[in-house]
Amino acid sequence: MGDKLSLPLKPFRSRGGVKAPHRKHTAECESVVMPPPSEVLICMSQHIGVPCKPVVKPGDEVKVGQIVGDNDAFLSVPMHSSVSGRVKKIETVTMPNGSKVQAVRIESDGQMTPFEGIKPPKIETRDDFIKAVRDSGVVGLGGAGFPVHVKIGVERDKVDTLIINAAECEPYITADNREALENSWGVVSGIKAVMELMEIDRAIIGIENNKPNAIKVLNEVCREANRDMHGNVCVLPLKARYPQGAEKVLIKVCTGRVVPEGKLPADVGCVVMNIASIAFVSSYLKTGMPLVTKRITVDGSAVNRPQNVIVPIGTRIKDIIEFCGGYKCRPEKIIFGGPMMGLALPDDEMPLLKQNNAVLAFSEKEAARLEPSDCIRCGRCAAACPMGLTPPLISGLVAKGDAEGLADNGIMVCMECGCCAFACPANRPIVQNMRMGKSIVRSAKKK
Amino acid sequence: MENMLTVSSSPHLSSGATTRKIMLDVIIALVPASVAAVIFFGWKSLMLIAVCIASCTALEYICRKVMKRKNTVGDLSAVVTGLLLALNLPSGLNPLIAVFGCVVAIVVVKQMFGGIGNNFVNPAITARIVLLVSFPVQMTTWEKPFEWLKTADSVTGATPLALMSQGTSTGYMDLFLGNTGGCIGETCALALLLGGIYLVARKVISPIIPLCFIGTVFVLSFLLGGDPLFHILSGGVMLGAIFMATDYTTSPMNPAGKVIFGIGCAVITVLIRFYANLPEGVSFSIILMNILVPHIENLTRTKPFGKEKKNEKA
Repeated sequence: MGDKLSLPLKPFRSRGGVKAPHRKHTAECESVVMPPPSEVLICMSQHIGVPCKPVVKPGDEVKVGQIVGDNDAFLSVPMHSSVSGRVKKIETVTMPNGSKVQAVRIESDGQMTPFEGIKPPKIETRDDFIKAVRDSGVVGLGGAGFPVHVKIGVERDKVDTLIINAAECEPYITADNREALENSWGVVSGIKAVMELMEIDRAIIGIENNKPNAIKVLNEVCREANRDMHGNVCVLPLKARYPQGAEKVLIKVCTGRVVPEGKLPADVGCVVMNIASIAFVSSYLKTGMPLVTKRITVDGSAVNRPQNVIVPIGTRIKDIIEFCGGYKCRPEKIIFGGPMMGLALPDDEMPLLKQNNAVLAFSEKEAARLEPSDCIRCGRCAAACPMGLTPPLISGLVAKGDAEGLADNGIMVCMECGCCAFACPANRPIVQNMRMGKSIVRSAKKK
Repeated sequence: MENMLTVSSSPHLSSGATTRKIMLDVIIALVPASVAAVIFFGWKSLMLIAVCIASCTALEYICRKVMKRKNTVGDLSAVVTGLLLALNLPSGLNPLIAVFGCVVAIVVVKQMFGGIGNNFVNPAITARIVLLVSFPVQMTTWEKPFEWLKTADSVTGATPLALMSQGTSTGYMDLFLGNTGGCIGETCALALLLGGIYLVARKVISPIIPLCFIGTVFVLSFLLGGDPLFHILSGGVMLGAIFMATDYTTSPMNPAGKVIFGIGCAVITVLIRFYANLPEGVSFSIILMNILVPHIENLTRTKPFGKEKKNEKA
């Protein structure tokens, strides 16, 4: 890629965004490890891509880290048991987005016996590494769940920049902040491994400036690490403005590059990994234990003891809340993820998925739904859109079902970050409208 | 508790801004101008304000009722329209004429086109123009400031713009403080500027339209040989630029559009003032630019992130 790339001294400009409240109540709460729950439910789709097929059957004994579901497809990662015990049932669950997927229910024996086959992966070549990343079951842990081996498995020399997403711009969530504070060396050794094995020139850790302690700690470890990494890792404090952690926005503020519509970060030479994903890769290389636990933030007005918890994947929400002191009051709304993009759940039986980074339970007061009124064309939505879209224009096109007009006006770059609806004084269902617009364009393309 | 959770689309947070709060901010921003109106033109202006607000609100309520639509009186937009219309009237105006103006603003311009957010021209400005054309004498009979303190009979005067066309000038200080003839809410530049600063500070409006409007009037009237300071302080420029041209529904949404809109308003205002038979052109300039808004918006669409420039269609 020619001359050595320099590291950014300050963030590049980004447009739009909103001043969402931070509400990082749990930022100073050291993570606690949750004891094994009585049972877990491992969903066969915890990533973007093809769902896995269960490879165990009821009655089988399984151990921690043992594969329970897999698929040959490229865009897929294996699922592992997060407890040791016995497979109770293979069942169908309805995901928060309405799709139905298979899931393996495992009764825990409380022993957490690790699977015998677990050993550190042997890595000699770049391809070994990509395969190991797939075997580890890791997906983008920031929320999207895009398989990591696909992100990094691009042509050699295509990528020159590794961006570590530690922005954590969603309100309430502090799990990435805790990762940085409690596992800073893991983060750096993960960066080092990926940079060396993938032949990437520089790494930028993007982190919002509302996490001064994490920035300090990361700066210290980077300074040490830079001695044998030719000074090519830096921590880039970003302004605390939602959605700085959105992939395309983060690439823009870290490198000044704009990902073209319909393209991937690799097309502009970037790989973006969540801080938790990179730290996990490092621990997998050392131990060979696949992704079976996840650090999440449990918060919200209906939770007794908001805190960061390291939870076995597949643990039911109600068991997690129970561990956090139970409900303070009747929960009105429970969401997976942050309040800006998180999914509202129909009940608390849902199991934790790999890509979840928070469980928030809100009381009736905070979950109150606001009545929409007529659009007053104030333009707050358009000003807030980080992607430069004009929601009122798009609403009109959605009403007309004009697929071409929608595509021309950039509907497909909408990432549903929710800035528009957050800013709207008329409580218009703008995000739903954008989703409608996208589905209109998609179905027109199929024809 | 199971099965009783609220499931709704993200985002699950709101900025807390509401239409009602925005309108309330506009009303607060108009308080200085309203107070100035009462100080200069007395109880009659207070009565006009009260009549306009009451009839606009009542008409909004009746319209929604008749049309079997959700009541929207609570969003306070009718109050803003009533208040703005009142501030655009001369103090001696027969209240019944003012009520007619309210009918034009709320019934014809606003509700017949679908209510808040759907009117294509500014209701208060349109009502003022309809009144000006329908009642030319009553709408241009100006009372002198402070006359209400001295005598029961009203003494009429002229606006600074009319005086100028007769060759009489008005002092800058009088113009700035509002001690001149004119519509009750337009004379006191100081009060209007205070309101404008409040709106910008509260982020209710962007300063682009007022700055482009007032700035262009200043530059253009200077270039055409007029007194630039006089032109921005006299007539309806301040009231129009800060409160009427910034109406969300009838002005462009993005910054580039706002620049074009503000400059356009100013150009038409100055051209009318310098070359047309009318002494004042702010209302007409704003309504004309209102009509152009869809075209301005088409011309100034923002480029979506990462969107390739579309090849011109052959």
